[in-house]
Amino acid sequence: MLLGYSPKARKNREWLALLALKLVAYVALIILALMIFYIVFHGFKAINFDFLTKFPSDFMRKGGILPAILGTLYLAAGSMVVSLPLGFGAAIYLTDYAKPGPLVSIIRLGVANLAAVPSVVFGLFGLALFVVGFGFGRSLLSGCLTLGLLTLPTVTAAAEEALRQTPQSFREAALALGANRWQAIRQVVLPAALPGMLTGAILALGRAAGETAPIILTAAAAFSPALPDSLFNEVMSLPTHIFNMATNGAFIEQTRVRQFGTALVLMALVLGLSLVAIVIRAKLIRRRKW
Amino acid sequence: MKESNGVHTINQGLESGSKAGYSNKIFTLRPRLSPAEKGSRLFFLICAILAMGQMFLIMVFLFKEASGLFISKPGSPALSLVDFLGRNDWYPTYPDATFGALALVAGSISVALFSTFLATPVGLGLAAYLSCVASQRRRELFKPMVELLASVPSVILGLVGMAVLAPFLQQALNIPTGLNLFNASVILAIMAIPTIASLAEDALSAVPRDIQDASYALGATCWETIWRVILPSAMGGLATAVILGLGRALGETMVVLMVAGGAAQIPNSLFDSVRPLTATLAAEMGEAAIGGRHYQALFALGAVLFLTTLAFNLLAWHLSRRWRGAR
Repeated sequence: MLLGYSPKARKNREWLALLALKLVAYVALIILALMIFYIVFHGFKAINFDFLTKFPSDFMRKGGILPAILGTLYLAAGSMVVSLPLGFGAAIYLTDYAKPGPLVSIIRLGVANLAAVPSVVFGLFGLALFVVGFGFGRSLLSGCLTLGLLTLPTVTAAAEEALRQTPQSFREAALALGANRWQAIRQVVLPAALPGMLTGAILALGRAAGETAPIILTAAAAFSPALPDSLFNEVMSLPTHIFNMATNGAFIEQTRVRQFGTALVLMALVLGLSLVAIVIRAKLIRRRKW
Repeated sequence: MKESNGVHTINQGLESGSKAGYSNKIFTLRPRLSPAEKGSRLFFLICAILAMGQMFLIMVFLFKEASGLFISKPGSPALSLVDFLGRNDWYPTYPDATFGALALVAGSISVALFSTFLATPVGLGLAAYLSCVASQRRRELFKPMVELLASVPSVILGLVGMAVLAPFLQQALNIPTGLNLFNASVILAIMAIPTIASLAEDALSAVPRDIQDASYALGATCWETIWRVILPSAMGGLATAVILGLGRALGETMVVLMVAGGAAQIPNSLFDSVRPLTATLAAEMGEAAIGGRHYQALFALGAVLFLTTLAFNLLAWHLSRRWRGAR
């Protein structure tokens, strides 16, 4: 026992342990980076002007992925139309209106729990409520609503966080100058907190763009010959397009390059959005005067 | 409180709760409310109730759609809950369909446990490295990297599992198919590592600076401080991180749908094909007639999944609360 605490043993153990930690960290990061590199490398082979601007043809072996790109953009934007007002509203209620008590605890616990509900369960919910219950069918509208509800907890939590980081003294100052609560929120609290709230929203947007299972259940078409011209049309989307090419049909091997090409487009979209959010956040933290 | 990075944890929600009382004392001093004031208040309350009410709506819809399976009607005998979860005969499309989901539950549990087993040491190691060992500059480079990787869509990881890892496993191990429990667990672990690392890093950073300094002042080395001071005091947070990671692995759909093989059987080895709950839902919902028994059975699986993740989440919440109380 004493031997283990000799200076030399301690030094060796220190060296070994730190080496192991560094090794784990580097190996993990390298594996993750290699994976990204692999997708970028193979995806690039598929990408050209036609790939980004044409409809797929010949069982996905030719043509491009335009309808999938647009479908994903529609779905992601539509989901934000649902989740931003609701999420921001809920966050404002929780930070600036609610009195602490059982209602607030229940709301907060509910929101936190919802963030961990599997996305496929949201898909089932959207199927039962929007597709079947409201009779919207498998459509862009059902997909947007489902994705909106799915991202709502993320948006709410991020907005609440941003609102909480706005100093209490801002609110006190506004009230001391005679503003009422709504004026204080609209003219003082929101302008200060909005960039942070939007950062959370951008992350949620990325998440909505990458979700697959809920879309399969509520909105996706394997192939549609035209772009959706109403909210009640089925849409194609990047994630489901990857999934369909990789798992269905007789040409899985032949479309492999196009699968990676589609994956690269999706990843560029999602990681691009996350990167924007991370950069904005870093800037905010540096610029913050309080 | 640190910035949340999209990975919302229960402790964040609770931590913020404790400060809420402060703001209201000032507000409640104002006696008369203008219409705009009243209107906005009502709107925000409705938003908040909707945001949370979803929870109950989801539960109601899952149970409502699933209930038909367990209630006896002419032409469709009731299935008992014991048979549903305890029997291994998932043949939903046969003329004489049976719905014993034991193999699907076993598939979910085996994949989730094994992937967590793989991801936990790496995730915790990465977190320890980031919060205690790495230099400031490395940390500022690696942390956003980990966050970025956490946002890679799961369908892309599934594609990597199918197109890269599966052929490799098949050749290297000389097995009939590379789409199996092992492959799915590895890909899920890759997916879970950033999540676990991110949550665990938060827990490690929350350890008060003074007790670390005290440890160094007593002559402890860096590793001794991590192992004997930081780890014990961050235990609750780390356990929460692992439980939430496990919950996420249980609920993840696309990876297991694409990579786990899809055979509804109880796995005997790591290289058996399995069909977890989530994969079954996504794969079979398209062919199930709306309102039919198969449809009801799939909603029942959804309810099982929902209740399980809810239980995990409450467990994590409980742990993080107890841990905070102990500090």
